[in-house]
Amino acid sequence: MAGKTLSELAKTIRSKNAGVDRITFDVIFRDRENYELVKGSGVLSRDSVARLYRIDPARITDFVNYDPAFAIKFTILRSRPSGSAGDSDIFGAQQYAPLLSVEVPVD
Amino acid sequence: MMSSNTGPTLRFLCPNGHLGFAPIKVPSFELGVATRPDFILADSGSDDIGPVPLGQDTSTSPKEWQRHDLEHMLLAARKLGVPMLIGSAGDTGTNSRVDMYVGMIREIAAQHGLAPFKLGYFYSEVPKSYLRAKMSSGERVEGLDGRGDLTTHELEATDRVVAVAGVHPYMELLRRGADVIIGGRSSDAVIFAAPAILAGYPEPLAYYLGKVLECASFNAEPYAGKESVIGEISHADVKVTAMHPGQRCTVASVAGHAMYERSNPFYEHVAGGMLDMTDCRYEQYDERTTRVTGPRFVKADKVRVKLEGSGKVGERYMGFAGVRDPYTIARIDEVIDWARQQVRERFGEPATGGYELHYQVYGRDGVMGEMEPLRNSPGHELGIMVFGVATTAEMAEEVALTGTRQMFYARLPDVKGTAGGVAFPLDEVTRVSPAYRWTLNHTVAVDDPLELFELHTTEAGVSAVGSGGR
Repeated sequence: MAGKTLSELAKTIRSKNAGVDRITFDVIFRDRENYELVKGSGVLSRDSVARLYRIDPARITDFVNYDPAFAIKFTILRSRPSGSAGDSDIFGAQQYAPLLSVEVPVD
Repeated sequence: MMSSNTGPTLRFLCPNGHLGFAPIKVPSFELGVATRPDFILADSGSDDIGPVPLGQDTSTSPKEWQRHDLEHMLLAARKLGVPMLIGSAGDTGTNSRVDMYVGMIREIAAQHGLAPFKLGYFYSEVPKSYLRAKMSSGERVEGLDGRGDLTTHELEATDRVVAVAGVHPYMELLRRGADVIIGGRSSDAVIFAAPAILAGYPEPLAYYLGKVLECASFNAEPYAGKESVIGEISHADVKVTAMHPGQRCTVASVAGHAMYERSNPFYEHVAGGMLDMTDCRYEQYDERTTRVTGPRFVKADKVRVKLEGSGKVGERYMGFAGVRDPYTIARIDEVIDWARQQVRERFGEPATGGYELHYQVYGRDGVMGEMEPLRNSPGHELGIMVFGVATTAEMAEEVALTGTRQMFYARLPDVKGTAGGVAFPLDEVTRVSPAYRWTLNHTVAVDDPLELFELHTTEAGVSAVGSGGR
């Protein structure tokens, strides 16, 4: 069984503030096939994402498979509100990078 | 122009998802204007920009860019004779930003000799005394996103509060005949929803229209910001069309936009209720247009208005240092600990000493901090940003300078380089904006949805006899 990375399979992988206390992550696929493949593979879940980001799963406030847009979406509670002294990503725009190399099993 | 089999429609032109943040692209806006929309609208604010602009009551956008967009929108709206609505003026939607935009509208109108028109505006700032009174009468100011109820302590630590308006002030100003509206802080979607609801269109479609238009061309593909889009509402659907010839509103781009910048793609909360997009259906209507049906709107029993508040933490200085020695890179936490210790010896612990000292180690985990999976594989060189925050500028400077310069003197046991542990591109620290923090991300219940918003109408433009609109 070969593997592909999420960056090979997804059209868009992004992160952005959802309000001042959260960062939301969108993994969007061009077609149903790749969306269902990743959704069914289970490589993205509350637990796997918590492990990837080294955070307590309780900080993942939402985890949704969003069929109309072929998207998997989750949201993380920030450790401090955006733009506080010590926050290095006011817009939350560069937090998605670890998702790019997540391996997805492909038959 | 699009036609529809669904009876009368209204068409809304949106050129910018955050007016002022970057200038609109004029050609696609002009294409939109040429189709004679019924309204020209844009949101101009965001809480994305951090707490500093709200706290110190400034804009993050240059005045020239704000004026550029306002000028294009005003001239087009007055030429067509259609209303123009702007929400969350000047990035934060504070009173001073509303006044600034009202001033710009007057100036532009006078400069171009526009015929008199009615200018409506409203303020969104909430006095702390109002919240204090609510709280002492036992009313809860409820926290959002896992925050607890507002405490007196947090309220007192707050410099400025804005309430996030629903459709209500916009609808009231439209009822009073405003041709141009400059809004204080508002939910993005309501700027668009208000005129549609006032014209009798169904609330679910009206709010959905606002939701899908508020970021302009971010709902189209390929990715391009600051291009115009048009939304059309009927009694049965919403259609959204890209105006840039190279962009299309596709099922994927429009459905995808519903989840942009929110925790959950199904729900959008506004003062007065919640837009539920769970059962939305998306269809490609024509090459550049997507049609949406099926949103719902759940009205709240009691209107709760969101509050945003920012409080000053202190003055802030910044320093920078680089590291190239692999031995030092591997022990960079010890280097930082050494510098922290020197600050501690001078000022005590941060909590009792009244300061903050922050390090961001670029090349290791500067962007992601604790969430960085690769923090144990640093690069061959590091860039370290140091921030010192304290009540006075003098102390903040000393905290930042000590925290930066003392890395030079860190005592690592086996380091070969004994002439300085870090590289300085500048042997100084520099003053940056004061540190603020978001103290309020809360809601408060109101009896009257207008009670937090102060409405005004006035005249702008130049009358036939040549006197000013004032």
